[in-house]
Amino acid sequence: MSKIVLSHIDKFYGDNHVLRDINLTIEDGDFMTLLGPSGCGKTTTLRVVSGLERPQNGVMTIDGEEMINADLAYFAEPSKRGLNLVFQSYALWPHMTVRNNIAFGLKIQKLPRAEVEKRVADSLRMMRIEEYIDRYPNELSGGQQQRVAIARAVASNPKLLLLDEPLSNLDARLRVDMRSELQRIHRELGTTVIYVTHDQVEALTMSTKIALFKAGEISQVATPMDLYMNPIDLEAADFIGNPRINFLEGAGHMDGAKLHVSCELAEYEFDRSDMTEQEIPESGDFPVVVAIRPEQIHLTTEKSTDGIPVKVYANQPAGSETLVSLQGAGGTDFLAKEIGLAQYDIDQTVYAHIAPEKINIYDAKSTRLIKRTR
Amino acid sequence: MKRKQHRPFNPIRLKNQILNVVKNPFNMIVAISLVVLFCLIVIPLLQMIATTFTVAKSELRRIRGAEVGDFTLYYWKYILTSGMAGATLWGPLKNSLVVGFFTVLVSVPLGSVLGWLIVRTDIPGKKLLGMLVVIPYMVPSWCKALSWLAVFRNATSGSLGFLAGLGIPIPDWLAYGPVAIVLCMSLHYYAFSYINVSSALRSINSELEEMGEICGANKLQILKSITIPLVLPSVLSSIIMTLSKSIGTYGVAANLGNRIGYFTLATKMKTFINGSPQAVGYAMSLVLIALAALIIFSNQKVVGVRKSYATIGGKGGRSTEMKLGKAKTPLMIFLVVFLFFAMVAPMFVLVMETFQITTGNGYGLNNLTLYNWIGTVDEAQRYINYPGIFRNPEFTRAIYNTVRLTFIGSILTALCGQFLGYISTRGRGKWYGSATEQLVFIPYLMSGVAFSAMYVAMFNRPRLGGLIPSLYGTFGLIVLTSVVKHFPFASRSGTSNMMQISTELEEAADINGANFWQRMAKIVLPLAKNGFISGFMLTFISIAKELDLIIIMMDKRTQTMSYLAFTYSQEGYNQMADAISVCVLLFILVCYIIANKFGADIGKAW
Repeated sequence: MSKIVLSHIDKFYGDNHVLRDINLTIEDGDFMTLLGPSGCGKTTTLRVVSGLERPQNGVMTIDGEEMINADLAYFAEPSKRGLNLVFQSYALWPHMTVRNNIAFGLKIQKLPRAEVEKRVADSLRMMRIEEYIDRYPNELSGGQQQRVAIARAVASNPKLLLLDEPLSNLDARLRVDMRSELQRIHRELGTTVIYVTHDQVEALTMSTKIALFKAGEISQVATPMDLYMNPIDLEAADFIGNPRINFLEGAGHMDGAKLHVSCELAEYEFDRSDMTEQEIPESGDFPVVVAIRPEQIHLTTEKSTDGIPVKVYANQPAGSETLVSLQGAGGTDFLAKEIGLAQYDIDQTVYAHIAPEKINIYDAKSTRLIKRTR
Repeated sequence: MKRKQHRPFNPIRLKNQILNVVKNPFNMIVAISLVVLFCLIVIPLLQMIATTFTVAKSELRRIRGAEVGDFTLYYWKYILTSGMAGATLWGPLKNSLVVGFFTVLVSVPLGSVLGWLIVRTDIPGKKLLGMLVVIPYMVPSWCKALSWLAVFRNATSGSLGFLAGLGIPIPDWLAYGPVAIVLCMSLHYYAFSYINVSSALRSINSELEEMGEICGANKLQILKSITIPLVLPSVLSSIIMTLSKSIGTYGVAANLGNRIGYFTLATKMKTFINGSPQAVGYAMSLVLIALAALIIFSNQKVVGVRKSYATIGGKGGRSTEMKLGKAKTPLMIFLVVFLFFAMVAPMFVLVMETFQITTGNGYGLNNLTLYNWIGTVDEAQRYINYPGIFRNPEFTRAIYNTVRLTFIGSILTALCGQFLGYISTRGRGKWYGSATEQLVFIPYLMSGVAFSAMYVAMFNRPRLGGLIPSLYGTFGLIVLTSVVKHFPFASRSGTSNMMQISTELEEAADINGANFWQRMAKIVLPLAKNGFISGFMLTFISIAKELDLIIIMMDKRTQTMSYLAFTYSQEGYNQMADAISVCVLLFILVCYIIANKFGADIGKAW
């Protein structure tokens, strides 16, 4: 149970600036996911937290205790930080049985033998792999090795559990199982978790908070819902969500307390209260990007006053949902998602209904969010 | 933002920075091993260079007005421009180059063809052939020289060999000198090309060749335009390796050349180092080192960049064999004949000679004896001063020395190798990693004789004001020389061993609270065990058969079996020399069989 504060962390490999002024607070009990494409610095951040890497600048505290102070060249040993780490490769010691893999750290701590036995048994039971206790890692499947790696990490009762892309080596089905497993462990142990992944579904489903990384910087820290609903910039909006969010070019101008936006589909007017702090021109037209999630576009076949007439370009029913590619009057392509099976003919004209409060508006120049969804 | 930020001086930071370095045992180990490597490799080299520019006591009379320790160009002038230069440097240098060139000419095509036959064709009995073909490499090259003498010796060196004994006149040019040396070395060093080319061939995916077939190329075209270009880099590096090895080889050249006054750089150099002026010998060994360095670096220039594709498709994949068809029988006969003449026949003659009373006198019962093995001095007092080897205390001591040297030497070498391998893998891309790698590579450039000449120059008197005592003539110096000379190979095997141990395994232990020593003991060592054992066995074999490296330092007390055989052969006790080399051979073969059990691969034993 611990609160981690990273402030002004910089990390260089040679002249390569891989972490740029990272500031992040992880509250006690959080399930914090570091999300981003590969090479964005999320694993490095995790390794800095764990103590395996030493940053050139910055301070890190765990529960108020200084663990890193680059100014004073002070770096606490990894083992003194009260944490444990699950590696992407699992890093199980191939010459030790499951029992010895898990007991290793406990024996190093010189715990009494009975206590070691008990903790090994407990963590194995928790991961539901008691029967493999005397196997060697290479006698286990990938999913079982994964469970052993987690069991080894939790056996030491860490205050902080670090997970580095732990599911990336599993097949799709096991991944879903392990997601719920990890959520349950987080709940049961109450441990603070830092979880690194490039998979947004993992991030959205498990986390209490997500830190979105971009090229060595944190671009947004938010709850999964907020991150999904209001990505901070166009890049984040594009990264989060599957199928991808629709972007439509438009023009905006401020009219007193109102924001007017016009795009190919329609014209909108938004209250100041829905807008972010992002600075925008107070007068004159400026280019904007209208962002609409595919599931926020509802289609009807009957003509109605608020329905925007569009043409069906392609229709992809996939059982639980149907993706419909559409073309606006000006020829812009966009995508709608309907729950369940839907049947449209190609080139059929349908009517799209979009609730204005479900639309994000971005400033095309700064790419930042200027209007939030509700 | 800059990587290095200027921070005002802060005593706590300084303290922490020092603690960070000192508290990490890895840093200490790196520092210590860099210092040790520097002392064992760089300083001796510099020392030897300095010796060639310094007046020694024995030359006081020849250099007018000089005092001991003065700077002089006398030695370099002696080998480069004086009236002696022809006989000292240029003649032997020419001989070395000639011998090296022809050895390459014979051994590389031989080894490459053998490699191709065994890896790529459907020749029968591949597994057995593959094993037999590398056996000659395990036989020390000087043993081959002795077998050669057993077969071809003529009246010039006193007793007759097998052929001369049959009444076939053997001219000197065949029995001794360049032809004999080239053939003996070729029969040894073809193994380089064989191992290199066969492993390159193994790594080529046969789909590449099949694609050629689909495009309509015939077998010869495929061989010419696909297979050969792909293995060319490994053929080139075999050429380089064979060249630099054969130029530096001592044992063969001395056994087959000295009797008729045919000297190579390596053999001539030894006469100077054991005699006078010593510095001339050192200067010659520097020439030898420069030559090897030149050859190897030019290799890296030419092959280095292109080498990369030799292992393309290294996953190997399927390998379909080429059908030899009608060529199968003649090729098979070629192989059998080759193996017979390269291995079986000389070995047979060598073994039989140990039972002969007079060499070259046939295998009649009246000419057979066990004297050379178990005879006593009384039985043949008029002919021989030594009892049979099993009753000869010199031989017993030689066995003891050999076993002692190989065990101590190879354990130390293998340990150091793992250690250096650990440093260079964990320091990959950092300055100390590449510094270690480069320092460790230097002994590779030196032939055995040149290397030991360097160590003799370094340790023949106390150094560092007595901190390092004079080691000349001690067993310790022989061990040290063997260990350091084998560093390049040992650390390479250590590196490949350590590469297989992912750093994450260590990091996981780190996070679980294990300190450096605990990580070493519980994680790294247990995982490195197998690689360590195979590295150990390979070094073991290599040290057991070594003659060139330690011959300068040997005397009656410290001599090994190899050296004793060499001495007997030079003294004309051929049967005894043969008997000892048979023992050495058995020793090495037994070791190799044991090594194979641990999965050691002779192909990595250079």
